[in-house]
Amino acid sequence: MPAIRTTPADTAPGPQAFLAAQTRWRLVEILFWLALLSPFFLLPTYLTLASQIAITALFALSVDLILGYAGIITLGHALFFGIGAYTAGLVAKWGWGEAISGLVLAALAAGFVGYVTGFIITRVHHLALIMITLGLGLVAVEAANSASWLTGGADGLQGVRMWKLLGTFEFDLWGYSAYGYSLGALFVFFLISRRIVHSPFGLSLRGIRENLDRMPAIGAPSRARLHKIYVISAAMAGVAGALLAQTTETVSLETLGFQRSADVVIMLILGGTGRLYGGIVGAIIFMIARDQLADMNPQYWYFWIGLLLVAVVLFLSNGILGGLDRLLPRRRGDA
Amino acid sequence: MNAPMLQTRGLDKRFGSLIVAQSIEIDLPQGARHALIGPNGAGKTTLINLMTGRLRPDAGQIRLGGENISALAPEARVKRGLVRTFQINTLFPHLTALEAVTLAVCERRGQAGRWWRKLSDHKDAIDEAHEILTSLQLAADCLRPTHALAYGQQRLLEIALALATRPKVLLLDEPAAGVPQGESAELFTAIANLPKDMAVLFIEHDMNLVFRFATRIIVLVAGAVLTEGTPDEIAADPRVREVYLGSAHHG
Repeated sequence: MPAIRTTPADTAPGPQAFLAAQTRWRLVEILFWLALLSPFFLLPTYLTLASQIAITALFALSVDLILGYAGIITLGHALFFGIGAYTAGLVAKWGWGEAISGLVLAALAAGFVGYVTGFIITRVHHLALIMITLGLGLVAVEAANSASWLTGGADGLQGVRMWKLLGTFEFDLWGYSAYGYSLGALFVFFLISRRIVHSPFGLSLRGIRENLDRMPAIGAPSRARLHKIYVISAAMAGVAGALLAQTTETVSLETLGFQRSADVVIMLILGGTGRLYGGIVGAIIFMIARDQLADMNPQYWYFWIGLLLVAVVLFLSNGILGGLDRLLPRRRGDA
Repeated sequence: MNAPMLQTRGLDKRFGSLIVAQSIEIDLPQGARHALIGPNGAGKTTLINLMTGRLRPDAGQIRLGGENISALAPEARVKRGLVRTFQINTLFPHLTALEAVTLAVCERRGQAGRWWRKLSDHKDAIDEAHEILTSLQLAADCLRPTHALAYGQQRLLEIALALATRPKVLLLDEPAAGVPQGESAELFTAIANLPKDMAVLFIEHDMNLVFRFATRIIVLVAGAVLTEGTPDEIAADPRVREVYLGSAHHG
């Protein structure tokens, strides 16, 4: 077994050091985040795309918390993205164009819907879970469609006007503010997510994912835990939706749609689940591929995404980052 | 004798027409070392499932320390000190042994819902988990993922997870199941070292283990208690020999 390195007991790290090492920032992480600043200097014409990528990455991060860590498979998470988008859009349309408070309201609205639907979600598993998340997403699209007096229906929500960000930065056409804002939000919620997954709560989520049957036998209230992370994830998805609404100053039904729910899962699988960066890397690959391929071949670009998805699932253990992990022998926790 | 820690009264359960538990009455005093034996399909694991709340009895009561816990959820029974292990390893494959036991310790301390503090800051919990693993000879391999542990180590980890909850009553479901005779020494040590005041009920097919550790034996046949007594009484009981021990003589 070459993959497993056994270390003699006397040279192995102590239990404290082992667990502390898992939460330490690694150099590659710091470089990764610095690299995300590079579009400001290197690709200023692509800042709008970069902003969309950061927003999508935040959405993927929110799904990773429930899918990758807690094992809740969802095909309807755009429900919360859309609720966040419409909340932020409507608030701005009705005359309150302040961005940060818009995010907070969007998080509250999406979190509240997450709390209510969580009572169903945490009771079902496997196929039933996928179908219920899917069903709730479909219900939301049609509800928003029929409530066109509020949402603008198929025409989308028009008349969203944002104030200057923090009273200083205009949401300009080139996307400097938009990318700075989206990237900042992504980083803040990444820090929160990182703390969550390295906490005892995060460990208990992994326990639920690894063996739901054992959890009651160690005294764990699994359903309450799942409910909690579902609300957190919903709120985070809502923030991502709000960012999109605020930076594009419009909201379409597509924000709630099945395609968005499915795409985000594809991104997560491409990048690798249960590792926080998987969703971000997946979003970068997916969005750049779409941008490039759609230019060449607007109708068939999903063909290539589909092919890539099949190849990644077949040949890599856990997405692209899981594959990289195998190539680079340094395992987490090895001192 | 102390008042029973765990008590069942008139426990009934049927699956359709199949009776799996029939007016079962068991008393487990503090410090008990009772074995539950019986032929395959006698309902031994079902009884543990009834006691721990995985199954709901059709009738009857389960009392823990005098309190009726029949309506409590499984995790609430664990919090009150009624804990089990599993016949088939029911572990967390991709958690390290250390993480798994630390998780169980955090659950007991009511810290496992905390998301704002790092796990590595809970040094007491980690130390306690490591002590438990050390006492079961698992310390050297506790940083390896569970699925990479040897089978016998996984059996010990089953017990480690249970001990991390600090049980008052421990139900061991075939702790030695699948462990080759030559490798069962650590398991036997682990069972011998269980705290003296803990009430222990273990299901076991390995008669070496039963006659070595049990002070009383309960014989379950077709969902009902056939008889209960000291190992000598059970070994001498012709009915037990007939249904369970066959002609072989143990003890």
